Amino acid sequence: MPINYYIFLSVALFCIGVAGVLTRRNAIIIFMCIELMLNAVNLLLVAFSKMHHLALKLTNPNAGIDGQIFVFFIMIVAAAEVSVGLAIIAMMYRNTHSVDVNFLNRLKH
Amino acid sequence: MSNLVYLVPLFPLIGFLINGLFRKSLSKSLTGLIGSFAILASFIVSLMIFFEVRKEGFEPVIVKLFDFINVGSLNIPFSFQVDQLSVLFMLIITGVGFLIHVYSTAYMHDEDGPDFARYFSYLNLFVFSMLLLVIGANFVIMFIGWEGVGLCSYLLIGYWFKNIDYDNAAKKAFIMNRIGDLGFLIAIFWMISQFGSVTFSEVFSKAPTASKAVITGITLLLFVGATGKSAQIPLYTWLPDAMAGPTPVSALIHAATMVTAGIYMIARSNIMYTLAPVSQNVVAIIGLATAILAATIALKQNDIKKVLAYSTVSQLGYMFLGLGAGAYTGAVFHVMTHAFFKALLFLGAGSVIHAIHGEQDIRKMGGLKKYLPITHITFLIACLAIAGIPPFSGFFSKDEILAAAYKKNVLYYAVGVIGAMMTAFYMFRLYATTFLGNFRGTSDQEKHLHESPSAITIPLIILAILSAVGGFLGIPQIFAANSHALEHFLSPVFEASEKIKTLPEASSSTEWMLMLTSSGLALIVAIIAWSRYSRKPELGEPGGFGKVLANKWYVDELYDSIIVRPLNGFARLLNGIEKSVIDWLVNGVGRLVQYGSRQIRLLQSGQVGGYVLLMVLGMVILFIVQLFMKK
Repeated sequence: MPINYYIFLSVALFCIGVAGVLTRRNAIIIFMCIELMLNAVNLLLVAFSKMHHLALKLTNPNAGIDGQIFVFFIMIVAAAEVSVGLAIIAMMYRNTHSVDVNFLNRLKH
Repeated sequence: MSNLVYLVPLFPLIGFLINGLFRKSLSKSLTGLIGSFAILASFIVSLMIFFEVRKEGFEPVIVKLFDFINVGSLNIPFSFQVDQLSVLFMLIITGVGFLIHVYSTAYMHDEDGPDFARYFSYLNLFVFSMLLLVIGANFVIMFIGWEGVGLCSYLLIGYWFKNIDYDNAAKKAFIMNRIGDLGFLIAIFWMISQFGSVTFSEVFSKAPTASKAVITGITLLLFVGATGKSAQIPLYTWLPDAMAGPTPVSALIHAATMVTAGIYMIARSNIMYTLAPVSQNVVAIIGLATAILAATIALKQNDIKKVLAYSTVSQLGYMFLGLGAGAYTGAVFHVMTHAFFKALLFLGAGSVIHAIHGEQDIRKMGGLKKYLPITHITFLIACLAIAGIPPFSGFFSKDEILAAAYKKNVLYYAVGVIGAMMTAFYMFRLYATTFLGNFRGTSDQEKHLHESPSAITIPLIILAILSAVGGFLGIPQIFAANSHALEHFLSPVFEASEKIKTLPEASSSTEWMLMLTSSGLALIVAIIAWSRYSRKPELGEPGGFGKVLANKWYVDELYDSIIVRPLNGFARLLNGIEKSVIDWLVNGVGRLVQYGSRQIRLLQSGQVGGYVLLMVLGMVILFIVQLFMKK
């Protein structure tokens, strides 16, 4: 499949993720959009790694492995970050009984 | 001895500094002593220099102190010139100045210690500036002195500064002087561009090489300066108002010295004026017009000092008439005799004012002859001198000027004689109303009337002697050949002018006729005024045409409407513009910054969502920018 399709899809997913982070009020939804952005990037990495492999597989049978290994790292970091983030949201809910980010304008003071 | 000419202005300068800086700690007698002694020392040095200058064949001596301005090819040294003209003026200034200092010690004794010392320090500063003016060897030093006397005039007229009217009079004097000074400055600049120098010797030797238009322009501009300083039309209105100052100040500054600065300047530049007959005519006509105008106003004044002030303006007009007619010696002669009798008149008026405790309206005086005998006699001598009655000094000098006017144009002579008759009339009106008849003041004043102390009367007596015999320095040719001592003395100063254009010699019979006419008419008018006003003094307010004269031909009101009001209006307009435009602009910048900061502050909303949006926007912009950069 031409690489363009993967790029378009990845970019679309990323933009949807950004838009979600900026506009949604529910903190959990924002987290989901952040995950969306991360996964878009993962998709792009895998796609490029496959393209690389297909181009160079005659000279180097291990070509294009870097992209996929990097995806693993990203997934691990995403998991860690989500656990911490959800812990914070749980504390937030416990204090204010709401997960609305607009409610938490504590920085203004 | 001429090398020590720098001592002459140095003594008054030291007197100024001591009296000025230590005015809170010096006693009044010590202050008066320092002030008077400084001038006496200058007078003695001037006298010694005079004996040296008197010798036959004396060449002008230039004493250079230091280089004042040295720019490119322009060299202006701070140097003094000792010659006949400057030493004559030195003697007049220091001599009459000394008498006035002595007089002031008694006249001003009611003042507090610091104010008394302030007065004497200003007086010394004035004499210092005036001396700089007359002994400077170039126009710039003269200008320094010129400005200095203007400043001191302001300081002394406004001496009693707590009275706002006196302050306004002082400001008026200074501002009108300054207007004239602009003409003087432009003339100096023109001289520098034309001749490359301002030193007298260089300018006067190069003057014949310049075109007539240039010389006419320079001399007219110099004359504008003289009209301001010497109170001629149109810049004369400050002098009557300047009577707000103490009377000795009026005597020194506005009779004997400062106002003669203009005459000195023109006499010094005589070669340039002889080369520009147009300027000479202008000088003569304005002098004559001023003489007549001021004389008409003096006829109806009732303040003793105002009469004398207008008399000064009128006599200065005569001096300028003399200069314009080419009688340089005559004009300088009249400066000398005028210094004597006008200072005497003012000091005598001061003595009268002192005796009546401040009253200056002559309608409230009268009959002072028996209470103030010395003042009366000296005042009478001065009146005879100013009216031009022989053998007093005023006759000789005024006659010389009128003879020169006759030779220029009979009309000038005729108008001059009319002015002389008016002079005699108003002076004797003043004398008769003040000293003759019965005393018209309060009986309380009458009880306190007494002759002034000797510190006042001795200068009066000395000046009276000088007014009486001073004329014999200038006996005209027709009496005895070669007897005009002053003309002989001053001839080296004016000889360059004489070579170019000598005055036509009139026959001796014409001279006799002129002399007899002017003095005879003056005598008749004086007697008329004497008899009329001693019997029936003019006590009421003037009516009809007299009102116009008493109100000074409404010239002040004219100046007010043509110049002062438009200027004030313009100032108010500019004030409005400054408030609405410039202040608006400057304050607007502040308002803009405040508005901007209010708007930018909104960025700190505390909403994380907003921050993230900005972050994303920033990244997008950076992305686009790098896309275009990496072409």
